[in-house]
Amino acid sequence: MASANLEFSLAKAPAPGLQNPVHEAQGIFRALMNALARPGKLQDLPELDLNPPAPLGKSTAAIALCLCDYDTPIWLDKELAAAKDVTTYLRFHTGASFTNNPMDAAFAFVSKPENMPPLSAFAKGTSEYPDRSTTIVLSVSSLSHGQTVKLSGPGIKKEQGFAATPLPPQFWREMQTNNELYPLGVDVLLAAEGTVAGLPRSTKITFQES
Amino acid sequence: MSTPATSFTDHYNFAYLDEQTKRMIRRAILKGIAIPGYQVPFAAREMPMPYGWGTGGVQVTAAVIGHSDTLKMIDQGSDDTTNAVALRNFFVQTTGVNTTTHTKGASLIQTRHRIPEEPLSEDQVLVYQVPIPEPLRFLEPRETETRKMHALEEYGLMHVKLYEDIARFGHIATTYAYPVLVNERYVMDPSPIPKFDNPKMHRMEALQLFGAGREKRIYAIPPHTDVVSLDFEDHPFTPQEFDQPCAICGAEHVYLDEVILDDQGSRMFVCSDSDYCEERRTEGHTGHLGTNPLDAPSNGTAKDNASSKEACK
Amino acid sequence: MYVAVKGGEKAIRNAHTLLARDRRGDTSLPALTLAQMTQQLYLSISRVMAEGSLYDADLAALAIKQARGDLIEAIFLLRAYRTTLPRFGYSQPIDTATMLIRRRISATYKDLPGGQLLGPTFDYTQRLLDFTLAANGEEAPATPQTQAFEAQERVPRVTELLDDEGLMEPDAELPEDHEVGDLTREPLEFPAGRDLRLQNLARGDEGFLLALGYSTQRGYGRTHPFAGEIRLGEVEVSLFVEELGFDVPLGEMTVTECQMINQFAGSAKAPPQFTRGYGLVPGQGERKVMAMSLVDRSLRWQELGEEATSPAQDEEFVMSHSDNVQGTGFVEHLKLPHYVDFQAELDLIRRLRAEWFEKNQKTTGETADLEAAQ
Repeated sequence: MASANLEFSLAKAPAPGLQNPVHEAQGIFRALMNALARPGKLQDLPELDLNPPAPLGKSTAAIALCLCDYDTPIWLDKELAAAKDVTTYLRFHTGASFTNNPMDAAFAFVSKPENMPPLSAFAKGTSEYPDRSTTIVLSVSSLSHGQTVKLSGPGIKKEQGFAATPLPPQFWREMQTNNELYPLGVDVLLAAEGTVAGLPRSTKITFQES
Repeated sequence: MSTPATSFTDHYNFAYLDEQTKRMIRRAILKGIAIPGYQVPFAAREMPMPYGWGTGGVQVTAAVIGHSDTLKMIDQGSDDTTNAVALRNFFVQTTGVNTTTHTKGASLIQTRHRIPEEPLSEDQVLVYQVPIPEPLRFLEPRETETRKMHALEEYGLMHVKLYEDIARFGHIATTYAYPVLVNERYVMDPSPIPKFDNPKMHRMEALQLFGAGREKRIYAIPPHTDVVSLDFEDHPFTPQEFDQPCAICGAEHVYLDEVILDDQGSRMFVCSDSDYCEERRTEGHTGHLGTNPLDAPSNGTAKDNASSKEACK
Repeated sequence: MYVAVKGGEKAIRNAHTLLARDRRGDTSLPALTLAQMTQQLYLSISRVMAEGSLYDADLAALAIKQARGDLIEAIFLLRAYRTTLPRFGYSQPIDTATMLIRRRISATYKDLPGGQLLGPTFDYTQRLLDFTLAANGEEAPATPQTQAFEAQERVPRVTELLDDEGLMEPDAELPEDHEVGDLTREPLEFPAGRDLRLQNLARGDEGFLLALGYSTQRGYGRTHPFAGEIRLGEVEVSLFVEELGFDVPLGEMTVTECQMINQFAGSAKAPPQFTRGYGLVPGQGERKVMAMSLVDRSLRWQELGEEATSPAQDEEFVMSHSDNVQGTGFVEHLKLPHYVDFQAELDLIRRLRAEWFEKNQKTTGETADLEAAQ
């Protein structure tokens, strides 16, 4: 009886987090910092021995473990929220609480960008505190394929071409609207295998002439 | 450059701050980068150095720094001013990272009051220590009011102040901490750098981070961002110019320190950026007082008198 | 190689060696022990613990010793150490009604349930220097007649007695979902709640609070105070342990509490009643809690619908300037090198002077002499 319980609890124990929390978190942060400081430019994440439960991607998990704690309410998309292992994993390693209301989220994690709610569903900050906004982390399969847009603004010398997939069809229009709200708005991090890119609210988006 | 003993790490976390504090600061830095020039409130911790002595810069550096960084620490442009030495030792003790005095060799530079003369590159980060982050503070002491002004982009008061200067003195009488407009939106205090350094901030290749510990604010300027010193069409911004080169390395168009050599009023002007000056002298450049006027005082003084009078004009 | 500032490293090392030597003083005299300090300089220890926000008499003694008796420096040392300590949890609120009282006085009632107890106080001492202390010939003090209140269940606070009659505003309450703030963990925002204000004042500089409290008595925001009650003694501190489901006592601590009662004629927001200002510090700090309760009451003007006219009522002013570690750092940072900025100012002042003389020379001949004098 006792051993059965033990096995049960071992099976339920969340997968391990960062091997070396101090230095790995620092390495992840530097990649995120550079990603937002140089919008659209791909940044390599450090090598990590992370095996988060599906459908939480490894890069997405790295971002959560680097930035989230009990001060940062997290919103999860349907697929992530439905996975008990994912919520257990995130709660265990970050201590963060979850919210169903994207307006209350400091961070939002999206595993299926195709199905994500509009950007306007998330907190965009207030005119006195534009920093009180949601940072949205999208798991994407590629940071080179998909519709190519041109980025400009702070962090970009002249122009930066950028593409990612999958994204919802209205995504880039919404990002344009998001930029028009500046200095309010959401900031977006895109996480692919081992790589991240940033799209802060300050980035202007124009469409490639076809 | 240094092989540190890191006995501190037995008692303290890497870079002194605990991980929860670093996360909080890192989140503030990311917001700052996303909203260039906006002052992000953060829960600054009490640090083992006095408020006003770099606690904000130190917290930002501590949240950013990693094993592979090479740190340069300067105050007044120099690596060897007492507080720069003290803060550098703090990081050597708490992180064991390599340090350097060479601007080019540093991945992370923490500064007080200066921007290095050597243009910074894309893979460098410049961290400023900031005493009063609010550019409107001396016009309106209340945080509740200045926050509204930033929200409404209501910067009339600042322009009135600058214009009053022009009316009284014929030009803007602000020589350091000269306010700038960042990304066409936020008026920002560049920290008390001389206005000579302001143009270096404009579209700088390196990421610029600002930390104010006592006032609990962090702000940032991403690379390639517009940073414009406030001015008027009929009174454009003019950085300070020196009418002579560095006395010991001959550099022109650099910021100079005035050094008093004796009680007869002799003085000389030398580079404020000590690394820049040394590099130039290593490359063989000399100024009109040679590379070291204090070695040959008899021969330097006469020339000095001449040069100082010239400078006073 | 020239550069006036070379040698910073060596200069710092030497300065610290000198400091260590001066701190120790004459080595033919025995060094102070921490126990001597906690026993004989307890009021210094108290202040350092209160403003350093760390209740540990031995560490406070160490800090004072290291700081050569400079209490603000000692507070700074303690604060810098405190921030590195992990937090295990938050204790249950202490209940001062169950205090083991060593001193309790009220200026509003001659006698009251629980009685008055003068306790260890400088009050009514003759302020004459006691040269027997200087002669090191002091004898063990006589055993006082009454040590403390007999341990009793509860000594009601004066404010509770008034509350029974409805004359006193009830104990302050925070909304159900209000999480008590902590200004050492969150950036301060204005307007701040009373919880944050009290935390700020409890950590605030005694001298600053004293001056502000004093100013309210002299008409700068007068609040008609009476010292309803001051009590000093030991209270139990306990922690609710979720796994156990009950409070576990952690130990006891000394605190000083003051409830100031203030006349209040009523406003659109509140009926005429007595209102109060509150002060509480760890350790023994009577001057501090009295000043604190005056300032706390002043800062409540908005809640009570009063008019704000004075510095002690200005929340942002008071809270932004009460911290002596912040104040010391920023005032003393002026001794750091500023020669880059000063150079910029030199350049400006020379330019302004040149322009001034040029202009005035053109208009009057007199200034030419002046310039010549330069």
